[in-house]
Amino acid sequence: MSWINILIPGILLGGYYALLASGLSFLFGVMRIINLAHGSLAVLAAYAIWIMADRHEINPFIGVLILLPFMAMLGWALHRLIFERSLKGGALIPILSTFGLAMLIDNLLFQNFGADTRSLAPYVDSLAYDSWELPGNVYVGQLSVIVFVTALLVLGGLHLLLAHTHLGRRIRAAAQDSDAAQLVGIDARRTYAIASAIALMLVALAGLSLALRTTFDPYAGPLQLIFAFEAVVIGGAGSLWGTLLGGVILGVAQSVGAHVHPQGFLIAGHLVFLIILIARLYVLDRLAVGLRRLRGGSQ
Amino acid sequence: MSLLQINELVASHGLLTAVRGVSFNVEEGEILALVGANGAGKTTLFRTIAGIHKADSGRVMFQGKDVTGVEACRRVAGGIALVAEGRRLFPDMTVEENLKLGASSGRKGTWDIARVLEAFPQLKKVFKSRASHLSGGEQQATAIGRALMSNPTLLLLDEVSLGLSPLAVDGVYASLQHLIDAHTTIVLVEQDLNRTLAVAHRIICMLEGEIVADGKAADMSREQVMEHYFGTHRSTHGEAVA
Repeated sequence: MSWINILIPGILLGGYYALLASGLSFLFGVMRIINLAHGSLAVLAAYAIWIMADRHEINPFIGVLILLPFMAMLGWALHRLIFERSLKGGALIPILSTFGLAMLIDNLLFQNFGADTRSLAPYVDSLAYDSWELPGNVYVGQLSVIVFVTALLVLGGLHLLLAHTHLGRRIRAAAQDSDAAQLVGIDARRTYAIASAIALMLVALAGLSLALRTTFDPYAGPLQLIFAFEAVVIGGAGSLWGTLLGGVILGVAQSVGAHVHPQGFLIAGHLVFLIILIARLYVLDRLAVGLRRLRGGSQ
Repeated sequence: MSLLQINELVASHGLLTAVRGVSFNVEEGEILALVGANGAGKTTLFRTIAGIHKADSGRVMFQGKDVTGVEACRRVAGGIALVAEGRRLFPDMTVEENLKLGASSGRKGTWDIARVLEAFPQLKKVFKSRASHLSGGEQQATAIGRALMSNPTLLLLDEVSLGLSPLAVDGVYASLQHLIDAHTTIVLVEQDLNRTLAVAHRIICMLEGEIVADGKAADMSREQVMEHYFGTHRSTHGEAVA
């Protein structure tokens, strides 16, 4: 039973990583932009919810609902001011500009809040450490389950949006070929701005989850970015359900790593990420191309 | 007033000027064919008229309004539709989704999915198939159908027969006859001169970014067009053939 007690928290942790990575994956899938400020933006959202909870006694779950429209507006503004302009400069400029944005956010947070760590756990009673006991002495954290279910709902919602709505079709069209999208009457700029707004709303949910399940400080963003990036790469960049799979693989790897050695949590995750990255580069992608050729030849 | 007026239009790709001070008008209901060898500037001209390539100078007037600086998506809403070279379908989407996207501009008119399927019956059996799984002819029919879904006043067709089997080309042109019969204004780029001379009311020959001949199709022989096409009549540059 001990392995189940390792695997289940790992899978549930994967839900958090999937939620964290969904905004990064969505933005990359639509605009081919790697937003290096993703983790810092999640921490910024965490601080915003913490201010509402600490200074105005607003429940964090209500706080995130209040924050969502502001994050959407921030996403729209970031697109118009940074993403759109930097994309015109080639592949490197968006990476540099979002890296600069991350530095700016981290240091502004440090200047305003200092180096103290914070958490939203005290503002949700005992939810952060309560657990349910399942048959066979298996325990699952209530918050972990809520975060995992939220990740499923978010990814499912995004899937439905993209597959079955006109807005989703417009987003997919602009993602596949922005010139062709313009030629059918889609305002690609506006569509990208909407996608950025959606991505930043996902960041707000990730920020809430981060702040509920652990402590955070102004410089917590880069580590969250690494986790998100690893989940996206493991699952396949731009693939929503792949992001969930990537998150779960990363979470399970970290959980198993922590069980093997007290300091194995991070190392195991990075190791699995590297193995899958190398496998993708040298084996899986070639295999996929071969299969595609085989399928093409048989038609 | 002409439906489309192109005045001294210049468009470049970096240091290379692809369209050099081109001027012509297109009248309502007219079928105009642009012919010329590869690199003559036809596709750049089309992309500039559609708004996805920026003009260096000159003006594009549509229904009397200057649309030179207007975004491509707004031009679609205004009634200009381009079927681009290479079809530019959304490969991961079905024919149905591609057609629905064609109506994104919200422009009202008589074209809807039912009418597109009537004009292009070959699309009925592949309606739910992904665009990437279609034959060349079916892809071209989808691309034209998608453009028609925006209910255009002016349809720009770039190389509709490129890469298609003769049978598929026959199918596409048979469907285009619906548009010709409905007096739709069409500007087309076509390499097949026989077909061009058969369907077009007027022919413009382009060479190295300039118009070298402009005249009624009925008054131009295949040989005359070929001479301008290959530039063997350079001494007559700028002169109207008819």
